[in-house]
Amino acid sequence: MSIKVRYFASLKEIVGRSEEELDGQNALTVSEIWQKVNAGKPLPDNVLAAVNMDYVEFDHSVKDGDEVAFFPPVTGG
Amino acid sequence: MIKICQDAFDPWHEVDSYQRSAVAMAGKYGATGVFVGTMRDFNEGDDVDSMILEHYPGMTEKYLEKIVADAMRRWQVLDTLVLHRVGAIESNQPIVLVAVWSARRGDAFDACRAIMEALKTKAPFWKKEYLADGRARWVESNSDGYI
Repeated sequence: MSIKVRYFASLKEIVGRSEEELDGQNALTVSEIWQKVNAGKPLPDNVLAAVNMDYVEFDHSVKDGDEVAFFPPVTGG
Repeated sequence: MIKICQDAFDPWHEVDSYQRSAVAMAGKYGATGVFVGTMRDFNEGDDVDSMILEHYPGMTEKYLEKIVADAMRRWQVLDTLVLHRVGAIESNQPIVLVAVWSARRGDAFDACRAIMEALKTKAPFWKKEYLADGRARWVESNSDGYI
């Protein structure tokens, strides 16, 4: 099992990839996941996070098998 | 019904066709509230040729379902139709359609607007604009439609 990390829109261009897998991690928060896969780089301003396609706060705990997504404010409609 | 559309759509045809097919509400609705959002050829003082609309497949549909369910709890609504384009869009093409059928106009107007405003702030879609001068840029935020 692993955690899937996804990026969308301008954030995908900033980090230079659309998704990646993080193996065998448990009990990490969303912000710890960001730090782990982005070499300690600070989160850009206004980034939103979702776990399993629901908006979450950055202290939300992530479980093995979860999908974590980071993206900028939404601009549809 | 909620639909994510890769291809251009005609909102008026979609409303007409959906209304004809929804036989269960025939005779029950007295009001149809319709909002159509269309791509402008200008933004932030620049000429815009086209845009790419990106979305988060799965989460987008999930949030549109939630938004519609919230509106149906809050207002007396018989049925709804929400369509949203993704992919490459040219100016003057429709981007979004929200249609709400209700017995009375107050519920139709209010639910239609609430669905549209919630879509603008919660549904994960992102616009990248391609300007007439060759530049490309991501739209950074949506404005509040109530101000």
